[in-house]
Amino acid sequence: MTDDSAVKGENATAEVLRLEEVRKSFGGNTVLRGITQVVLKNEVVCLIGASGSGKSTLLRCVNLLERIDAGAIYLGGTLISARGVDENLVRKHIGIVFQSYNLFPHMTVERNVTLGPCKALDMSKSEASTVAAELLARFGLLDKLHDYPDRLSGGQQQRVAIVRALAMQPRLLLLDEVTSALDPELVAEVLNVIRELAEGGMTMVIATHEMGFAREIASRVAFLEDGQIVEEAPPAQLFTSPQDERTQRFLRRITEARRL
Amino acid sequence: MFPPSSRSGLDLPAGWRKSGGRRGVALSTTSTIVVIGALVALFWLAPGSANVRHTFFNPTDMWQSFIGNPKKGYYSVGEAIWLNIRMFMAAEVLILILALAVAVIRQTTGPVMLPLRLVATVYVDICRGVPTLLLIFAIGFGVPALELQVISTQSAAVYGVAALVISYSAYVSEVYRAGINSVHRSQVAAARSLGLSEWTAMRHVILPQAIRNIIPPLLNDFISLQKDTALVAVLGAIEANRAAEIYADTTFNYSSYVVAAILFLILTIPLARLTDRLIARDRARRLAGGMP
Repeated sequence: MTDDSAVKGENATAEVLRLEEVRKSFGGNTVLRGITQVVLKNEVVCLIGASGSGKSTLLRCVNLLERIDAGAIYLGGTLISARGVDENLVRKHIGIVFQSYNLFPHMTVERNVTLGPCKALDMSKSEASTVAAELLARFGLLDKLHDYPDRLSGGQQQRVAIVRALAMQPRLLLLDEVTSALDPELVAEVLNVIRELAEGGMTMVIATHEMGFAREIASRVAFLEDGQIVEEAPPAQLFTSPQDERTQRFLRRITEARRL
Repeated sequence: MFPPSSRSGLDLPAGWRKSGGRRGVALSTTSTIVVIGALVALFWLAPGSANVRHTFFNPTDMWQSFIGNPKKGYYSVGEAIWLNIRMFMAAEVLILILALAVAVIRQTTGPVMLPLRLVATVYVDICRGVPTLLLIFAIGFGVPALELQVISTQSAAVYGVAALVISYSAYVSEVYRAGINSVHRSQVAAARSLGLSEWTAMRHVILPQAIRNIIPPLLNDFISLQKDTALVAVLGAIEANRAAEIYADTTFNYSSYVVAAILFLILTIPLARLTDRLIARDRARRLAGGMP
């Protein structure tokens, strides 16, 4: 169904990701109630909304870590949410970074980064090491090459996790509240990495609580509540003149908490 | 065989010092001496003490059974223990492999693997529930009765090892499974999100962390396995227990059993100390919050 060239092939419309009426529930708990969304190449889409609004689940569904109940997900025009699709193949093209880093604790930083390229992309060890060294150098982590994750700060671990995803040269990068587990003083270094990626044209979908950051780098911001996209607009518009009453209420609470 | 366990004496529970340093040591030394003294006195003053000492702890008989004397019709217990060691070594390696395979098969999720999963589950249920001794009987007498070539013409020790492997692998596979489940699910998600297959993720990410967590319980099972090699005696293999039995039957003196017991202790105690050390190291590592 998904042969490699079809997934890789550039679509004329430069559409990277398309979600159509995506639904997902866990037991009796409905988390996504029909999400429709298109992400174009080089776009940065930020998902905002309270905890439990479905942001993380949506990202996990895109990466096929969760199977959706209804709807469809297309990557570069290819349907990836159908049964029988090779999920390993899909995941080679979609990177995801988690809130809790999830680095492999028994591997050095270098091995963490090279494992995917070596085992999933069949890259040679030396080739993968070169890629890893380049990426780590780019984000100021080269001196950590041979350290184990527990020797690193949270910010460093999260940057390594981003590098690990980047080493797969994904077409789409999903970031799931990547700064939420960090001490406040470590947030900036991770945001800087993401900012640099956005400037480099990386297509990203970012679930975040950092409103200021979303406002700064997003091409579009989507506000989720109760498993639905309530409102979606360029950041300048959504943050200054939200149309929906629910968005207004959410942003008011955020402002009161001085997070914007 | 194993590194000296010089530190093991310090592996006391964390709170022991609170009971008052030097005074605590003096107190525990005294109580130990009193208890051991009482037990020795009880043994020594019992009405049948002289008899027991003669029958079980006779130095001459202990030495004779240890070195053996074929002319008088009994084997050397000291030599026979080597068969236990060889059976243990062979069984240990095979158990580690078979149990891992069973555990991994039971962890798979795909529908293709369902038949294998079923076989593995039934195997574990049955072989964990049947006494090891019965399995040894079943294989040691059953397989030769099949009169197959090669398979039915092996020595008692081989059937013994086969039975031990089948019995212990069922237990050890559950230990492996517990280890696999002890690795957080987010590690699986991280590995799979890199496009690694279920098996590659298992092999490079999950198992290395799982095995690290289960080394102490694994060693515990192997201590048990070392002793259970003695069960193979029922098939007639001349291992330590059987050699001791023959000596006792020939001379009507049971000191040979004590010799066998001492030899087993020499094997198991180092492994027990090693297990304690690894548990202590693991605890220290957890407290430090790091992995390696």
